[in-house]
This record gives sequence, structure tokens and C-alpha cells, in this order.
Amino acid sequence: MEYAAPTTVDEARTLLADNPGSRVFAGATDVVPQMRSGRPEPSVLIDLKLIDRLMSVTHDNGHWTIGAAMPTSELTSNGEFTSVFPGISEGAGWIGSDQIQNRSSLGGNLCNGSPAADSVPAMIASEARAVIAGTDGERTIPVADVVTGPGQLSLADGEFVVEFEIDDPPANTGDAYIRMTPRTEMDIAIVGAAVRVTMNGDTCTDARVVLGAVAPTAVRVPDAEAALIGSSLDEAALAEVTAAASAAANPINDKRGTIEYRVQVAGVLAKRAAVLAAERARA
Amino acid sequence: MSRTHITCTVNGEDTDFLANPGTSLLDALRDELGLTGAKEGCGTGDCGACSVLMDGKVTCACLVFAPEAQGRNLLTVEGLSSGAGISGDHLHPLQQTFLEGAALQCGVCTPGFLVAAKALLDHNPDPTESEIRYALAGNLCRCTGYDKIIRSVQEAAVQLRSAK
Repeated sequence: MEYAAPTTVDEARTLLADNPGSRVFAGATDVVPQMRSGRPEPSVLIDLKLIDRLMSVTHDNGHWTIGAAMPTSELTSNGEFTSVFPGISEGAGWIGSDQIQNRSSLGGNLCNGSPAADSVPAMIASEARAVIAGTDGERTIPVADVVTGPGQLSLADGEFVVEFEIDDPPANTGDAYIRMTPRTEMDIAIVGAAVRVTMNGDTCTDARVVLGAVAPTAVRVPDAEAALIGSSLDEAALAEVTAAASAAANPINDKRGTIEYRVQVAGVLAKRAAVLAAERARA
Repeated sequence: MSRTHITCTVNGEDTDFLANPGTSLLDALRDELGLTGAKEGCGTGDCGACSVLMDGKVTCACLVFAPEAQGRNLLTVEGLSSGAGISGDHLHPLQQTFLEGAALQCGVCTPGFLVAAKALLDHNPDPTESEIRYALAGNLCRCTGYDKIIRSVQEAAVQLRSAK
């Protein structure tokens, strides 16, 4: 196994194309445990952290650009970003301990392909886009279209995520991400719920509801969004959100949570995330 | 497979070593540089026994590939006593309060706790108990029940603040 540390996207692209079996990595918080549990070693480990573009966050022309390899601790300590996207920050901030936060990245969290990835639901709720570099140049797709199943990505061989783009939210918009874990910290979500709402006074004019850890990929819940839009998040609307989120949950049964429990909690968390997002939207 | 030549700063001294590209920074520190303070508990980033500071940020050395250390400034537990601005062989206040507070039993997790606690106090000299518990959530101890560790970090924080 070799190690390479390109300093430009072009260099990384060439390394990936020229070395079959090579793999890009950022913090290696998933790569190392996978290698140690017996997954084949890559031929070349391509470290993306020396490429400036993958390590910076910028805000201009009405959208944010977040480097795919930037440590989540840097994102969550960016006051401007966290005030605009508290839900994305909450998700990113739940990825492990301080030791992990200084290594984990939005790109790695997404491309590891875990259904329980904490930063993904809120990114989808804000309709984040992934800029993907490959042998033919770059293309941009919705974050929601990157993961196709547990550990499965829509990326072709030779492609990797360079950065994320997120448009400035409309006025009076708030987002939130809430997760449930058997332990309070250092655990994997058995349900995650991200909600983003835009309010006009007491009326919700736009909504996105996304669940994590209860299906092969993070899933949007259109029925819950429809229940929120036009409502004042009154009890009836929230009951519909709860029911729609539970209905959309199609979880696995495992040692951390049963199917019945995850289905019920999905509804509860979607409702709570909606209420919190609306509070933030009004603030 | 060719070994890579890596140049970095470890505990304030310019250092270089050779390592295979897939070697962890933890193994390089222990086997190439003889710095055996950082321990391997899990090897997967869960236990924090291998915590070191990389450019001031606490990190699990088991998750870092040795070549990533090129040009970086590393601090291991061995550097605490001389890196605290206290001259000579004096222990860092964290080390002293851990000793006095009996914040260790078997001691395997202790270097990681000390380094993670230093990372906290470096940027937050007056943490709440809750902040300490969050900052040390990536360090596992199977002996102490954590309480004495938390008290010792609180006491060290008091001492470091009054020393300023």
C-alpha cells in the first residue's frame, strides 16, 4: 500500500484514475476500522486533506461552499455557518468524540454510505449539492442522489466528492436535526430526523422532512412535508407529521433498536425536529 | 514497499523517522520514536488511549497514517511536563492533579485522558463539568468510573488559571 498526498483536485483525479484499487480518504475514521476489520487494503491511499479546495468553507453569491474533507470541528466552530444552518451543524457535531471531530468530514460521512450518517439528513433538508470530480471533469448532483444503499454510492470509479454547495435559505427559515441513540454520546443513531421549515408569521410555507437510520438510505417524507406546509404546526398537523414519519420508516432490527421502536421514535423525532426548526425560523 | 521518510516536530523537537505508508502514527510513535505513552486500546478510534495533539487538535493516533505527520507539530503525553511553561522536570498540573486525585488505577487510558484534557484547557481554561465530560467523551476508562478524572481536571483548571 502506498500513500499519496496531492495538492490539487487534478492531481488527485489523475492518481485515482492511474491506480486501480486506490481510494481517497479524509479523516480515515471509517477507513481505518474497515481495514482493520479485514477489508482489502487499497493500492494507494489518496489523502485529500492537502487540497485547499477540499479544506475550506466559503460564503458568497448566495451560497455556501464546504470542502468535502474539512474536519467537522472546523465547520461546527464556524459561527456564521452554525447560525444559518444549526441543523446541519448539529448533525455534523454528533459524529463521534472531539478526537473524531478533528478528523471526520462531511464528505467522508456521506461517502461511507451509512444509513445512520448524522450529517446527511439535514444536508438533504437544505437541498445541498455535491460537486463530484471524475475523469471527465466535474458534475454537480443533489446530496440525496449520492448514496444508493448501505455502503453503495452512485459515484463511478475514479470519482470523488470535492465540495458541497448549499444555497442561502430564504428569510424566516430554520432547520434542526435530532437523533436517538441508546447512549447519550459516542453512539450510532437508531433514528435521525432533520426538518427545515420556512415560516410566514405562524404559517409554514415550505418544509423538508428527512429521516436517517430507518431505511437503506436517508429518506425524505413528502407526506410529512405536505402536512406542515400551510399549517401553523398545530396539534393536528404535528400528529400527521408523526404518523407520516412512522409510516415512512422501514428500519432494520438490530441490537441497538427494534423495528417497532425505531418506527415509533421516527415519528416522535420528526415532530420534535419540526417544532424546533419552526422556533428557529421565527427567531 | 518503500519506507517513507517523515519529518515533523514532536514535543517541541524536530524529529524524523521512517515508516511504511500504511503504518499508523501510533505505531510509528511507539516503535520508531520510542514514545510509548500513547497506547493502543481499540485501534479504531473508539477509546482515545492513543490521543495526541496534531497542530494543537486532539486526535486518535491510531486513525492517522504515519505519512500524514509530515510537517506537523505533534504533542504526546511525554511532552506535557516540559510543554506547560513550567521549567525543568515538573509535571504538568494535570499530571499532578491526576496523581493526587487518584484519577488512575491501571493507567492505560491515562495518557489519552491527559492529552485530551490539555486540549480542552488550552482553549477553554474554565470549563463546566458538563464541558469536561463532553471533551473527555472520546476517552474510555474501565477502572475509575470517571468521577476522579473529572475532579482532577477541574482542580488542574483552577491551578492553571491562578498561575496565569
